[in-house]
Amino acid sequence: MPKPSSQPAASYFSRVSILRLSLLAATVVVLIYGVIYPNLAVLSASLRQDDSWTFVHYTSVLSQRSTIEALINSILLSIGTVVLCAIVGVSLAFLFERYTFPGRRLFSVLAALPLVLPPLVGTIAFIFLLGESGILSRLIQGSFRLQSAPWTLRGWPALLLFHTYTMYPFFYVLTGAGLRRIDASLAEAARSLGAHRLTVLSRVVLPQLTPSLVAAGLLTFMTSMASFSAPLFFGGGVRVLTLEIYGARQRGDAEMAVTETVVLAVISLAALIFFQRYEGTRRFVAAALKGTTRRREIIPKGLARNLATVAAIVFSLMLVSPVLTLILVSFAPEGSWTTQAIPAQYSLSNYVRLFSEPQSGEVFLNSFAMSAIAAVAALAWSFCVVSLVAGESGSGSQHSRAAKYGKRFVSLLVLIPWALPGTVVAVAVAEAYGRRSLLLGSFVLVGTFWILPVVYFLRFMPLVVRAVQASMEQIDPALSEAAGSLGAKVLRRFMRVTLPLIWPGAIAGTLLAFVIGLGEYVASVLVFVPINRPISIAIASEMRDFNLGTAAAYGVVLIGIIAIVMIAAGRLERLRG
Amino acid sequence: MFLLSLKNISKTFGSTRAVKDVSLDVEQGEFFGLLGPSGCGKTTTLRMIAGLERPDTGAIAFDATDITHLPPERRGFGMVFQNYALFPHLNVFENVAFGLRARHKTRDEMRERVNSALELVQLPGYEKRRVDELSGGQQQRVAIARAIAIEPALLLFDEPLSNLDVSLREETRSELRELVTRLHLTAVYVTHDQEEAYALCDRISVMVGGSIMQTGAPRELYERPAEISVARFLGRNNLIRAMRLSSSKTTEAEFKTLEGGHTLRLSLDSGDLQPLNQPVFLAIRPEHVRITASSSNGNLPNTLKAEVREIVFGGATSTVRVDANGLALEALVLQPDGLRVGSICEVSLPPEKLSALKNA
Repeated sequence: MPKPSSQPAASYFSRVSILRLSLLAATVVVLIYGVIYPNLAVLSASLRQDDSWTFVHYTSVLSQRSTIEALINSILLSIGTVVLCAIVGVSLAFLFERYTFPGRRLFSVLAALPLVLPPLVGTIAFIFLLGESGILSRLIQGSFRLQSAPWTLRGWPALLLFHTYTMYPFFYVLTGAGLRRIDASLAEAARSLGAHRLTVLSRVVLPQLTPSLVAAGLLTFMTSMASFSAPLFFGGGVRVLTLEIYGARQRGDAEMAVTETVVLAVISLAALIFFQRYEGTRRFVAAALKGTTRRREIIPKGLARNLATVAAIVFSLMLVSPVLTLILVSFAPEGSWTTQAIPAQYSLSNYVRLFSEPQSGEVFLNSFAMSAIAAVAALAWSFCVVSLVAGESGSGSQHSRAAKYGKRFVSLLVLIPWALPGTVVAVAVAEAYGRRSLLLGSFVLVGTFWILPVVYFLRFMPLVVRAVQASMEQIDPALSEAAGSLGAKVLRRFMRVTLPLIWPGAIAGTLLAFVIGLGEYVASVLVFVPINRPISIAIASEMRDFNLGTAAAYGVVLIGIIAIVMIAAGRLERLRG
Repeated sequence: MFLLSLKNISKTFGSTRAVKDVSLDVEQGEFFGLLGPSGCGKTTTLRMIAGLERPDTGAIAFDATDITHLPPERRGFGMVFQNYALFPHLNVFENVAFGLRARHKTRDEMRERVNSALELVQLPGYEKRRVDELSGGQQQRVAIARAIAIEPALLLFDEPLSNLDVSLREETRSELRELVTRLHLTAVYVTHDQEEAYALCDRISVMVGGSIMQTGAPRELYERPAEISVARFLGRNNLIRAMRLSSSKTTEAEFKTLEGGHTLRLSLDSGDLQPLNQPVFLAIRPEHVRITASSSNGNLPNTLKAEVREIVFGGATSTVRVDANGLALEALVLQPDGLRVGSICEVSLPPEKLSALKNA
């Protein structure tokens, strides 16, 4: 019978600590350079004047009517967006998750479409469809022989409409997932105890949905706070903080820009804390191990079924029409679409231009390279963070209190760039590395190609970390323990057990970060330079030059690439299941 | 010389003391059971033996070598997990070969050992199957094959049968015991199912609340529980509160029951005399309680008059619940002939079957 080896255990543990130390070093360096220093740099810049500490920027900024107005508008717009998205998203989730009827699948396939539409591309698609000279307005104007456009796509209604269109999926997707997760036997138990349908809804179903609703509310609020493209293109004078910051930077008013950036950051972080506190008090753990899942009820033939089917078709049309519009416009030669409802001529000229001009090739290459660098770096770094935060299984109990707080602190720092609007991240990096800095010495990041990959990395790494972490948490810790008991050491356990199980989820998260990077506009517009001009900047400048067809063609190609990558990511997700 | 020795092992999670000062010894070739209710610390103890948890205090020795701080992969113990922990991304062959790969075995040796392990668990020909295509019982066998393929110095089981249905559980149980004996393995087996422990183990430690209450052969535990917690956990014991009388002799003690005021005599080892005038518990198994309708028991010791309260038909045996002047007793009989609810009967509690428990 083999004896357990009697080599001293000390060498084993010290090797583990060297590994852990290098992971820790990688994690800490990125957090200091990417999160702590830039954000402190913004904060300190907002508090300094002529080498002394002062609140003068805040008193001057907050005494300006325009800032206060932007502040109030941003918050009101976000609250309004949350309310509208909740109404639309939750009702649709109940309709499409609980019942089945013709057309249901069509809508469920399309429902999340707005989530992958880059905001800038969505914005121009809205202009082409619903703007004063957009297809729909002209069709209505023409058919009713109106003197002028039936509406204007400007101001509050336009912003709320666009926000609801792009952000309702947060509520739809999360509520739908929540409804699917609820153990149907709980509702059945309530019914058997004599509870009315409505009582079941309010006392059993809704309380269990609360975590999903809170999470959706948080996502919607933060996305709306960070919204930039829509207010820029059809805000119609509605001041919001992101626009004010952009304006201040364009004017060269650095103090105002950093101070407003801090204000925007504080609101976003406050919202994060508020929602997480609330979520923490309302978390439910499924008491039963095995639950029964609810089957979708079939709506019997009749008025209700017809109405539901019509709703499914109408909503599906609403979801795809901006994209269809974009495709239509992309085939209209420049200058050919003037006063007609829909373009009169169609050709491939815009695409030919796109693929023949070296400039546009360069733009695609830039976006591809920068997003890929950022996504791959985020993936590599995520492994460091997650293996550090998750720790070695089995020894969980041995961690000291200090280590536990350290882990919590690291998780919090990782979350910060996610909670901050893109505008804030870009301004922070620009402020920190726009001159000689403590951390980089005389190397100035601003003005180089690398500024955008760095900003993209910071913006999207929380997404990748979460994807890797979620995959890691799904793995039964007993698997790693079993591998250990069979004689596998740390590295073998990771390579042979952990990695094969998490890579589909990790790669899917990385691909998502990659496609969001491809269409990134908010942060890019603040810090791009000619040598790293991304796709979004090209689209915006084509729009400014009224090259509508070319702008649309850029958008269509971008959507095409995103669709291909997302399908690949979806395949991977299924592989994981 | 014991193969495995745990000396005063303790483990605390947060503010919960999961394992308190546990010591136990396992002999070479022994099938050793850790039995206890859920949350009693038996799995934590097993995980410390495996090296998956490190004890806060105490020492673990294997084959006279201290292994307290040795990482699991260096212990060479095979472990079968409750949920099997089969690697979902690997097929049956790769799962069983996992530990052999970690030991850098040659391909031929690996194939040979995987095949023989699969044959031992009666799954030859399943090498290429995905583990999620297997039934619960087959997954179980793969988990066992994986653990024995490394020729473990010690085999650890964490409630391995609890996810199987009843008939499969009994079948697998006897196969498991046969396999361990045939391969001359030493095993530590954690379970909360006493029947399973009795059927499998040579010796059993009963754990309650993080401590080992009693260690012994199955029959010894069953018939003579030493502790009230053990008697309660093993269940179906008549527990009688009583006080030792001063009239007791050293070899035969006399107790007065608190309910009913009966005087009961039982044989005691001279070593463990109960203190006087303090309530203790006496225990007797229901199948050892004799019950008759007539007064034919008259000359037996510890005979009490009682009224039949309930007769529960249970197939081969029936349970008769009686009340002897306030003392409730349960008896297991083959044929409840002549007994009716409400009728008067005689129950006798044989002195050699009555045990006095520590801790009242």
